[in-house]
Amino acid sequence: MHIIVCLKQVPDARQVRLDPETHTLIRQGVESIINPYDLYALEAGLRIRDERGGKVTVLTMGPPQAEDSLREAISYGADEAALLSDRAFAGADTWATSFTLARGVEKLAPFDLILCGKQAVDGDTAQVGPGLAERLGLPYATWVRKIEAVEEDRIRVQRLMDDGYDRLEITLPALLTVVKEINEPRVPSLKGKMRAKTQKIPLYGAADLGADAGQVGLSGSYTQVMRVFAPVRRREREMLQGPVEKQVHDLWVNLKNRQLIPFDVAGSR
Amino acid sequence: MDYFLTEEQQMIKEIAHKIAEERIKPVRAELDEKEEFPTELLKVIAQSDLFGVAIPQEYGGFGGGCLENCLAVEELSRACLGVSTSFAASGLGAYPILLFGSEEQKQTYLPDIASGRRLAAFGLTESTAGSDAGGILTTAQIRGDEYILNGTKQWITNGGEAEIYTVIAITDRAKGARGASAFIVEKGDPGFGFGKKESKMGIRASATRELVFNQCRIPKSRLIAREGMGFIVAMKTFDQSRPGVGAQGVGVAQGALEEAIQYGRTRVQFGKPIITFQAVQHMLADMATQTEAARALVYAAARFVDSGAKDVSKISAMAKVFATDVAMKVTTDAVQVLGGTGYMRDYPVEKMMRDAKILQIYEGTNQIQRNVIGQELNKEGGRKK
Ligand SMILES: Cc1cc2nc3c(=O)[nH]c(=O)nc-3n(C[C@H](O)[C@H](O)[C@H](O)COP(=O)(O)OP(=O)(O)OC[C@H]3O[C@@H](n4cnc5c(N)ncnc54)[C@H](O)[C@@H]3O)c2cc1C
Ligand SMILES: Cc1cc2nc3c(=O)[nH]c(=O)nc-3n(C[C@H](O)[C@H](O)[C@H](O)COP(=O)(O)OP(=O)(O)OC[C@H]3O[C@@H](n4cnc5c(N)ncnc54)[C@H](O)[C@@H]3O)c2cc1C
Repeated sequence: MHIIVCLKQVPDARQVRLDPETHTLIRQGVESIINPYDLYALEAGLRIRDERGGKVTVLTMGPPQAEDSLREAISYGADEAALLSDRAFAGADTWATSFTLARGVEKLAPFDLILCGKQAVDGDTAQVGPGLAERLGLPYATWVRKIEAVEEDRIRVQRLMDDGYDRLEITLPALLTVVKEINEPRVPSLKGKMRAKTQKIPLYGAADLGADAGQVGLSGSYTQVMRVFAPVRRREREMLQGPVEKQVHDLWVNLKNRQLIPFDVAGSR
Repeated sequence: MDYFLTEEQQMIKEIAHKIAEERIKPVRAELDEKEEFPTELLKVIAQSDLFGVAIPQEYGGFGGGCLENCLAVEELSRACLGVSTSFAASGLGAYPILLFGSEEQKQTYLPDIASGRRLAAFGLTESTAGSDAGGILTTAQIRGDEYILNGTKQWITNGGEAEIYTVIAITDRAKGARGASAFIVEKGDPGFGFGKKESKMGIRASATRELVFNQCRIPKSRLIAREGMGFIVAMKTFDQSRPGVGAQGVGVAQGALEEAIQYGRTRVQFGKPIITFQAVQHMLADMATQTEAARALVYAAARFVDSGAKDVSKISAMAKVFATDVAMKVTTDAVQVLGGTGYMRDYPVEKMMRDAKILQIYEGTNQIQRNVIGQELNKEGGRKK
């Protein structure tokens, strides 16, 4: 089985601070780590490989130093890696990111399964996994908390929901995004670390992927980040107590008094 | 301090450190409280390849030596001596095969020990034979293609948990110290059983049991080296393993020191953090100095062992005795720095102090180490005349 794990290099959230003046992230001096959710995706992939055989390839799009995260993934046991890096990829939104990753995946084909994290802890959109699946025309499931069974041509998974979980059977090839409940990632191994030092990692730029400049990076993106800022924290808050009917009534009065409900709606009641 | 470790040695430290921080620390108090064997943690350690650090690559190991073993043991011991003892005892059980085993024995057993698929143990001590190993009563008699073992080994680390046991037994009582031999016994061999698990003061996560041989039959091919080599096998094994016990001492001392420093910086009395009191500072200074000195000696001894030097008993014993005495002192002082808090089970230092005590006892008590060192000094002095 060939399993591709998409991983993103992110700043270590435990170290990130906001510049109090500009309200932008202070990225300097902040260590980069593998997006924590992607480590669960990697572990899920490694377990399937350990059980069924085959290989795990890790894939990332990012600046040249994102190669470090691929080497780290090899130290955990990934067999192969590929780096998508090009100046033209900079500033990609989820649309352009999923496009670029899809082209990267095609380079690595054939494959049986793609695993992503639930979301990246910096961008936080949770869109890249589903976006990538759509681009590749693959069936997918998000928020997978358990892989029940893997067969030659299908996979059975549990998808975490607010009120329990769904059980799904999906034909392969497919894409899954995973939540942290799925497993406990292993620690790197000595042999993996040794291999990570020397393994050759292919690098693909825009031209290698046959992508036009207008399809990738900032120019291939529909969203443009205007400003990053910390929302002002309002300390004022009020807890509504009592029976539900009373709470609803109090809430309604409250919203009306603050003129948050249009007059006619409020008045029609 | 920079000990000029190679990149590979750094990796060993990093991995062991990660396991200690992320996996061992969160569960060590519970394992201690419940006297629970750390099966899951040993699986994690196995997956990280650490069981193979001192086993040659041709047998599936990493190809390191005594120093590599010490580095792994030290980092694990920083978090929990119970876990590190279970880990290190497997290495102890492997050394007789590694040092004296036939090619076939090495091929059969070392890859499984290196990968952590099978745990090993070493059985020498008996109720009549502690410091005086010559007092063992367990016998092995040859019968055709088999040896028949009879007797009981006492206080064997990993007893009952391990699959592979290297055991010293008497093959010819008439020959005295030259009448003992080393054997490999496997869990499941007919006539091989275990006593109850001992309840201990410290290293409570580790398992200590009797090995009971009752007409236990093993193939002749399980003899290590030749008949009569038993005590030589045991002594050469200890030469290799004792710096590792020293490394356990360095690790637990380091762990205790770190706890003491952190507590000293946050605990306020008389309006000031207690670390600002000179009496406390001096205690921490001594603890740090002794720990660093122990580390330097352990690493130097391990490097000397790895150099292939012939007479390593003295330096190996020095590393063990010094570092483990330091461990006892530093962990005791750490409890002192934490005051009443240090005495409470909610904090890790009382466990470290209970755990540290074993290091002065097993693999030869510290009195016996001093005997070894003293005898060597006498020999060396004689040669100089
Ligand atoms: C500081 C900052 C500045 C930004 N600037 C811009 C900007 O200028 N313009 C803009 O349009 N957007 C910008 N973004 C958003 C950026 O486009 C997204 O971070 C990116 O597209 C990925 O989306 P995500 O982080 O929400 O990932 P998610 O969709 O939350 O990630 C889900 C999963 O997809 C996979 N994945 C995500 N990204 C990658 C990757 N690169 N390689 C491999 N796998 C991946 C991982 O498995 C991950 O767990 C910015 C984000 C940040 C934090
Ligand atoms: C938790 C634990 C785990 C162990 N694991 C193993 C194992 O895996 N394998 C194994 O084979 N054994 C193991 N042992 C046994 C251990 O090695 C012995 O306990 C140790 O060698 C001391 O023997 P003893 O307890 O019989 O003490 P004794 O020999 O009875 O000694 C009692 C006291 O007398 C002192 N003493 C004795 N002789 C002399 C002397 N000549 N000069 C000066 N002082 C002397 C000792 O230093 C000690 O203070 C373990 C023991 C424990 C407690």
